[in-house]
Amino acid sequence: MPIVINGVATEVPPDPRVSLLDLLRERLTMTGTKKGCNQGACGACTVLADGERILSCLALAVQYDGRRITTVEGLSENDTLHPLQQAFVEHDGFQCGYCTPGQICSAIGMVAEANRGAPCHVTADLAEETVVLTREQIRERMSGNLCRCGAHNGIVEAIAATYGDGAS
Amino acid sequence: MRPFTYARAADAADAVRLADGGRARYLGGGTNLVDLARETVERPEALVDVTGLSTAIEEIGGGLLIGAAARNAAVAEHRAVRTRYPALARAIVAGASAQIRNMATVGGNILQRTRCAYFYDDGSRCNKRRPEQGCDAIEGFNRGHAVLGASAACVATHPSDMCVALAAFDATVHLRNADGERTLPITDLHRLPGNRPDLDTVLEPGELITAVELPALALAASSAYRKVRDRASYAFALVSVAAAIEVTDGIVSDVRIALGGVAHKPWRAWTAEAALRGGPATAERFRRAAEEELASAVALRHNAFKIELAERTITTVLTDLAGEQP
Repeated sequence: MPIVINGVATEVPPDPRVSLLDLLRERLTMTGTKKGCNQGACGACTVLADGERILSCLALAVQYDGRRITTVEGLSENDTLHPLQQAFVEHDGFQCGYCTPGQICSAIGMVAEANRGAPCHVTADLAEETVVLTREQIRERMSGNLCRCGAHNGIVEAIAATYGDGAS
Repeated sequence: MRPFTYARAADAADAVRLADGGRARYLGGGTNLVDLARETVERPEALVDVTGLSTAIEEIGGGLLIGAAARNAAVAEHRAVRTRYPALARAIVAGASAQIRNMATVGGNILQRTRCAYFYDDGSRCNKRRPEQGCDAIEGFNRGHAVLGASAACVATHPSDMCVALAAFDATVHLRNADGERTLPITDLHRLPGNRPDLDTVLEPGELITAVELPALALAASSAYRKVRDRASYAFALVSVAAAIEVTDGIVSDVRIALGGVAHKPWRAWTAEAALRGGPATAERFRRAAEEELASAVALRHNAFKIELAERTITTVLTDLAGEQP
């Protein structure tokens, strides 16, 4: 079974050492997904596997045979940005932009987790299954994505404006 | 990364057969083993992917049986874990990042290697990486290292949060190898380093963790996990405490305490528990029990603070838990 990347079926490379990140960037020249630390510490390589956010640098491509992968290139529809991409523009959610694809994919995965009631470290009551995405919640749930420019305030605002407790 | 072969196991028996007595390594979510292979700290010749094994979380004798391939996030999210073993859910969501918790399996979390920087650095001496080579952590930068149960060969800590809660709750691991199946208390699974720090656990070569069993434990329903770390999120523990306590008429009728970040294994605080059982549930008794537990602690150059930090964290967690009792 192939890996389906943004709706396009791709054969798994024969060398099992190839990470999902290197498959995307080096073999498919899909350079939207970024290589930051390449050791699972920064979140720049975050993609969605069947809707769940994962780190593509620690994922062997061969393990994702048969799975559906969504990268930042798969979020917009034709020339229309995904609402969260647009919000990052409007709220200064980046400076250099290197962490941005990972931030955006991570946030989309994060919202799915929150919508099904997944707890996080700042969840006050574990029995409560409705998550309200306060800024505190967003910061904790997004802590796996680092921004060395320090655009975290804009990132949190962009996510809050799109999905948070004050979102329209 | 050195070359390796890859095979996907269809079930536990298939995995054990493919592992061929330890010639191949089991691969879960890859969050630790892939990183270590890239650094050539681990040099597997063959990988057996066990993520296709059981991910079920099911009722068993009043407790829960968690398939070893269950993702960390799925365990923390499970309703029965959240309500009956809250310290386990708390411990999991205190660890790593959401992306890593989505990838990492329960079995892989248990078998993750230390994050000692000297273990990772091929330019350093490390008895865990290369037996009898020496240890550069003992005289090096050892702020994050062990204060309990360490040896002259190794001062590394076990990095898991999840395992601390499992140790507190008397969880057992279900194991399988070519000869059959067995179960072990998780507190007996991980080793202290002694003169063989290359061995993290007592697992036989090729032996597979198939599941983790949480026993029925009523007091776990009001358990707590507190993690002290350098950052508010996404950092390993300096010290962590998983605990549960049952107080009857002001007397400690039952108690469970385990520590993380302080030893080569999740550290069950048997000494403190014994000191507390049957005695008054007061902050002063909690503090004295914590001091007894840490009495055997040995500080390195940079980690002496962990001893008092552990005592204080135990005391605070127990005091808070006892204060919440009806």
